[in-house]
Amino acid sequence: MITIVDYGMGNLGSIMNMFKYIGVPAVATNDQDKISGAEKLLLPGVGAFDAAMLRINDSGLCPLLDRKVLEERTPVLGICLGMQLLTRSSEEGKMPGLGWISAVTKRFPATPGLKVPHMGWNVVAPTRESPLTRGLPEEARFYFVHSYYVQVDNEEDSILKTTHGIAFDAAIQHGNIYGAQFHPEKSHKFGMQLLENFARL
Amino acid sequence: MLRTRIIPALLLRNESLVKTLRFGKFTYVGDPCNTVRIFNELEVDELLFLDISATREGRSPNLKVLADIANECFMPLGYGGGIRSLSDAKAVFDIGFEKVAINSFAEEEPRIISELASHYGSQAVIASIDVKKNFWGHYQVRTCGGKHNVRRNPVEWARELESLGAGEILLTSIDREGTWDGFDVELVKSVADAVSIPVIAHGGAGRVEHIGEVVQQGGASAVALGSMVVFQKKGMGVLVNFPDERELRMALYSSV
Repeated sequence: MITIVDYGMGNLGSIMNMFKYIGVPAVATNDQDKISGAEKLLLPGVGAFDAAMLRINDSGLCPLLDRKVLEERTPVLGICLGMQLLTRSSEEGKMPGLGWISAVTKRFPATPGLKVPHMGWNVVAPTRESPLTRGLPEEARFYFVHSYYVQVDNEEDSILKTTHGIAFDAAIQHGNIYGAQFHPEKSHKFGMQLLENFARL
Repeated sequence: MLRTRIIPALLLRNESLVKTLRFGKFTYVGDPCNTVRIFNELEVDELLFLDISATREGRSPNLKVLADIANECFMPLGYGGGIRSLSDAKAVFDIGFEKVAINSFAEEEPRIISELASHYGSQAVIASIDVKKNFWGHYQVRTCGGKHNVRRNPVEWARELESLGAGEILLTSIDREGTWDGFDVELVKSVADAVSIPVIAHGGAGRVEHIGEVVQQGGASAVALGSMVVFQKKGMGVLVNFPDERELRMALYSSV
């Protein structure tokens, strides 16, 4: 069972649809008891960094989420903005992030001929093995929509890289903490493989 | 590197998919759910649904059909047709679509674009522009399924929509739509040169070479396909299909 943290930002419909399709039970909730008992957490997110952090802080879920992830070591997967929230900070806002992984979120530098947001399908290159990316074919591609990117402090926390002007961390892992900058729920069989991998952890 | 997005643009009318010629002459294509299942298996980049009867009938989006579609589709989904408020759009987003296209209502009430962009981000807002050449060969913007000539220049209107917060422009040539004769590259280039947001070229695709042409010469960031992906060939029967990957790459990345 996957527990999707519903803090009021993010396209939960399509994530639920994909879990249903691959036969993985999932529930979207902001209920303390349900999150407390979660086997696996998924942190979605679409929108602005500060708006999302404000909502999470206001929900009163922060201490509980910290305990689940940092003490109980419950696997957590942040998707898109949800991955950026795992970092210490973002150039998009002033609020501190959850800080569960040593990384920061930065704005894509203005590069002539390159559009921001980075929107569309792009191929990813594995930088190391990870249970999250097991079984992905070569030239696996994912659907991205973002104007900010994550940069890990320690290269070993990066598991997939993609290039848009600069190479950035498309997926990260540090122990039980996982992040994907792209939208697996919108990435056909590649996304299904990744979400199945997370469900099987 | 980002792949050029090739997007089937599917027209909804009374819970059926249809294909039009120059915005008229409806041909029945099939049931939306069966059709999207095939596109799902073909692993297309993205799908765009345009309900061409919603605005004409003055009604809001048919959420039941859209929910059925979203349950089957694991690629980015866009929807346009009859969206006149934030709550109309919210209902579409909640189902699992991530982009909405606004056409006629943006002309009536331009601030809908800004409101949507500030709530959901520019990447979720497609401004759709339908263009027809007049008797003297001047391009003019039309709304309400091509019915109303709003006497606007497409280049200026595209700039205005960009400044309001639109994340991309869906540019449809009414004169080429459904003809298989190729895109109006001149029209696409005039708009693509004027804005910095992506322009999706729509109307006229008949061969993969047309796609290469409008991307390389017209500066389109993405291409929407209608007839090519729902008919076997021009004048022939329905066949849901998608251009061969290798042919597409050849057309897109070979020098012309």
